[in-house]
Formats: sequence, structure tokens, C-alpha cells
Amino acid sequence: MGKDLLILRRSRLLVGILVVYPIAIALLMGLAISRAPGKPKIAVVDETVPGQTIQVGGEPVLVSRYVEQLFTQVKPVPAASRAQAITEVKSGEALAAVVIPRDIVGRVSTGSQASVEVLYNGNALEQSLVQSDLRSALAQANLGFSEQIQRAAADAIGELISGGNLGILGGPSHLVGLEQIPAELRSIIAHQPPGPERTKLERIETFASFASRNLGLSRNVLATIGQPIKIQTTLLDGRRTPLDTFAVVVAVAVSLMFVGVLLAAGGMALEREEHTLARLVRALVSREGLLAEKLLLAGVCAFVLGLVMLVGISAFVSLDFSRIGLWLIALAFGALAFGALGVAIGALAREVRSASLLAFLLSLPLALLALVPSGAVAHGLYDVIGAISFVFPFKAALEALDAAVNRASPGLAISVLHLLVLTALFAGLARLGLRRLD
Amino acid sequence: MSASAPAIVVRGLAKRFGERDALRGVSFEVRAGELVAIVGPNGAGKTTLLSILVGALSASAGTVSGPGAGAAAGWAPQQPAVYTKLSVVENLALFARLEKVTDIEAAVQRMLVQTGLHDRAGERVERLSGGNRQRLNVALALLADPPLLALDEPTSALDPGQRERVWEFVGGLARGGTAVLYSTHHLGEVARSSTRAIVLADGELLFDGSPAELMAAAGGGGDFEGAFVTFLRNKGHL
Repeated sequence: MGKDLLILRRSRLLVGILVVYPIAIALLMGLAISRAPGKPKIAVVDETVPGQTIQVGGEPVLVSRYVEQLFTQVKPVPAASRAQAITEVKSGEALAAVVIPRDIVGRVSTGSQASVEVLYNGNALEQSLVQSDLRSALAQANLGFSEQIQRAAADAIGELISGGNLGILGGPSHLVGLEQIPAELRSIIAHQPPGPERTKLERIETFASFASRNLGLSRNVLATIGQPIKIQTTLLDGRRTPLDTFAVVVAVAVSLMFVGVLLAAGGMALEREEHTLARLVRALVSREGLLAEKLLLAGVCAFVLGLVMLVGISAFVSLDFSRIGLWLIALAFGALAFGALGVAIGALAREVRSASLLAFLLSLPLALLALVPSGAVAHGLYDVIGAISFVFPFKAALEALDAAVNRASPGLAISVLHLLVLTALFAGLARLGLRRLD
Repeated sequence: MSASAPAIVVRGLAKRFGERDALRGVSFEVRAGELVAIVGPNGAGKTTLLSILVGALSASAGTVSGPGAGAAAGWAPQQPAVYTKLSVVENLALFARLEKVTDIEAAVQRMLVQTGLHDRAGERVERLSGGNRQRLNVALALLADPPLLALDEPTSALDPGQRERVWEFVGGLARGGTAVLYSTHHLGEVARSSTRAIVLADGELLFDGSPAELMAAAGGGGDFEGAFVTFLRNKGHL
């Protein structure tokens, strides 16, 4: 092992690439996964009169609330006119423009559907992305605005039902509520002699009771119109992993894989390339001993790099340090499994370059396959991807790290067992590869 | 070890690679102080034979015995088996440690002197010439002071001057009592340096005797290379 460390120390370019490349790949992947999609830059033209309101019953709703809602969903570029907005979009300053017309108040007030104008630019991909984002943003703004209108309408209905002193809003004082009318009428009817007048009053009392009940119901119905079906989320298996900590786990697993696999593959193939393999295993070192040494060296280097990355990243992402014992277990078994895959590749290849190329060609797609979520591809294809990921260590190492860092399923013990089996499998394959000495 | 004691005894050695016979019933002995050349056309089985004698390959049949058999033999494969990123002295020290040599420092110094690599001791092998790499390759085989030294085409990549230096060195070892067995295509070296020649063709041992006896067997006359070609033709291997 001392000899291998000395050779590594003298191969500075190789070591530099071995350390920098996986970290760079890991950071890029982590960044791509963890970074929330940016808000689209949208030019917004608000043609409504400042402070203009829509009257719902006795309640005024500010139209500017709609614009405020929209502004929270996009990165707004204020534009004074439609023409200026078009210029902004054409110049690429904004991806799209939204024009809120002057007549929006009149249309909403009269119950006819109001509309906003949307202007796009750019290529098909940009249009597709911005359309999707903008539809979502407009839907959110619509929802927020409609909730305010619904609240105002519900308040107005509440006042009709309950009555009271509405003077502060400019309405009548001491207004009788619809729900109070039946009781009032019944007390009047009680003093009326039987006859046509009493019959008329009884019919009015029946109507008032009916109207009070149904208007109360309509207020409840109104509250459900904005969001008729509320989404309640239940996670059936494991725990919810925050995207940023999952990105950390992915980044560390990728680095662990690259260092473990490349170092073990290169170290093993070097013995063949230097023609020292036969000299060593003839009498000086057993094949198993040689494999164990290469595996251990690669595993230790990968383990150290993984640990340094976890500790380093914890400066930026909050990680639970009380679980560090579990991190070490996941890192150790993951590093061993990657080392075993590496020695298998190295034992089968004749030279370092072939082994390194094979290790790269194998590792990168395996990492990407293990990250394909279910539902992203056809069911059959997902099963194939799952089977491939199962027989290589990346997914198991990722799950072990995710369990250790984020308490994710399927749990550390199962993942570690999986990694142990894969380590034995690839070490066995490497031993078979070493039967040939040339 | 007495001058006549065999360092290695080979009896009925055979090796099959799938359907192909690489060696067929090969038998011979090499005694201490002998410098024995194995010659034959490409694919004759020379490397296979040496690899089996030093324990790098297992035989399909037959026996190899004697104090210089298997792991006890010093072995210099055809391609120098050295770590090019390490220096000469680091390679020697590493293999001396792996050979469990008791006095590593003394063994390293002895090899540096014997191979004439003393002034290149600290240099990385990747910067050495082919000849110096081959000398180091042989030196590694000699670290444990083996009774038999097996060399697989030790001068194949060397210029005449380098070849001459290697033979001076190897000849000195043989004179010192080490049994030396080597394969080569340089028939001039066989005639000049060897005490005996073994001719292999298609895995079969065709001749075992001195270079002069091989010349005689081929009908005499001409140079050694011509006699060798005539011998193979007469035996139906050309």
C-alpha cells in the first residue's frame, strides 16, 4: 500500500483529476438538483387606475391585489404601456409580458369574465418553459384574487343573514338579519287573529326561514368554490427528504463512486500494465491479498474524500451531526463496494487507460440511471433501470447515505447489507479476472 | 551446492491451452553454474515453459522439482516487471521486502553494484533506457540469491552494446554458481555465451546439448544460425 501511495503521490495530474473531477461533477449535479427553478422575468403592464376597487356587496376589493399576487409569482419588469412591454419582450429583457387591461374592474363588477393579455417571444423551448411557468403564476394570482372576492362575498352574505350595525361601511344602521326575521314574524303572528292576514304572514315567515337556511348554505358553498378539493399529502414509506440535503447525498455518492472506482481500477490495472502482476502473485503476494490491498486503498481514499465533502458541505447545508456515526458506516460500506467494482474492472482490463475509460463509461450512466424517478419513464423501462441499478453499488450507496444523513427509507441496515453483497460479488469477479496473469 | 547438483529437474512437462498443446512431454535438467539457452521459433512454448518452471503458470501434466523450482527461482519476465514511477532503489527495496530478505539495505547495495546501476539508484525507472530497465529486471530476480535464474528473452529490446553488458553480468552469475536458464532469438549469443542449448518447437523438445553438438546434428558447416535453421528443417518444423 505504501508503494501505491508513493506512485499516487508522483502522479499529481492523475490525483488532481481524481479529486477535482468528481467534486466538480458532484457540485454540478447537486446544484442542478437543489436549485429551485428561477421565477420567469415578465413585463407587467397595469392599465388599471391606482386604488381602483371592485365592490362585492358592501365590501371593496382592491384590483391592485391581483397585480401584487402576480408579482409574487414572477420576476416582474414594470412596463408603462403595452408597446413598451412588447419592446421588452422582443429585446429579450423579459421572456413574456402580461397586460392587465383598464376594463378589468368593469368586467369583474358586472359579472362578465375579465381577461389579461399574455405576449410571448423566443424559441420553442423558451416558449414552452415560460408558458408553463406563466400559466402557473397566473393561476396562483387568480386563486389569490378570487379568494379575496369570495371572502368579501361571504362577508356580504353573512351581513344579510345576521344583520347588525353596518354604518361604519356606509351601510344602514341596525339592519335586521334574515335569520332574525322568522322569530320576529312568529311573535307578530302569535298576536294575529286567524284570517287571511295571518295566513299571509305565515307564508312570509316560511319563506324567511327557508331563505335564511339556504343563504347560510350558499356562504359555505362559496368558500369551497376557490379550492373545491383540498390536497392532503401523506407519505406512505420513509420520511420526506429535503431536496437540498438529498442533493448533498447525491454529490457525496457521486464523488465516493468516482474516487473508489477509478482508483481501484487504475491501481489494479497498473500491476498488469507494469507487468508486475505475475511477479507479485507468483510467490510474493496472494491474489486475494493484492485485491484486498487495492480495494482497501481505494476505499480509504474514497471514504476520506466523502467525509471531507460531508463535513465541508455542512457549512452551507444544515446536517444533523448527531448522526455522524451512521454517516461513517454508510461512507465506509459505500466506499468498499465502489472499490470492489473498481478492482473488478481493473482485473479485467489490460492497461490503466482502458480501465479508467471503462470505469468512467460505466459509472456515469449508472449514477444517472439510479436517479431516474419512478413515473418518469415507462413502467417496463423503469423495471429494467431498477434491475441494472440493483446490481451496481451506486443506488445502494446513495440509499445508505440518504438513510444515514436524512433518515430516508429503505433504512441503513438494508442498504449496508446490499452493499456488502455487491462488494463480495465484485471482489469475486475481480478474483476470477486475476486468474489470467498476462 | 556442488557443481554437478541439478538446480531444477523437469520431467514430462505438458501444458494445454484449450485444444492447443503448448508443451508436450518436456524433460531436462539444469545444473548449478550452467548457462542454458532455450531456442525455438515463435510459439514454440519457450515463455510457457519458463513461466511453469518459476511457478507463474501451472502445468497440465509432469513435474518440476529441485532447489531452484517454482517460487525459489529468480525470474525476469520478457517485459521488465518494474514500477516505472518508483526509482531504481525503491523498486529494489520494495521487492527485497516482499521477498522477505533479512538485510534489505545490503541486498539493495549488492544489486546496485552487480548491475552497475549505482549511479542511477535514485532515478525513476521511467527515465531509464531499455537496457538499464532490463538490468533492473534481472536484479529484482536476484534479490533473494536464487539457485536458478530464469530469463525470458532478456536482450530482445537491447542494442548490441547493451546486450554485451547483460551477458557479461549473467555470465558472471553463472560462473558464481547460479544456474541460468534463458530464452532467446539471438542465436549468436547462444553460440557465444551458453554452455547448453535446448531446442523447442511446437511444444516439443527437439534437442538438448551444447551449441557445438547442435551444429553437428545439423550437419556442421556454416554459422550457428544456419545450423539451427537446417536442424529445424530436418525435423520438419520449418
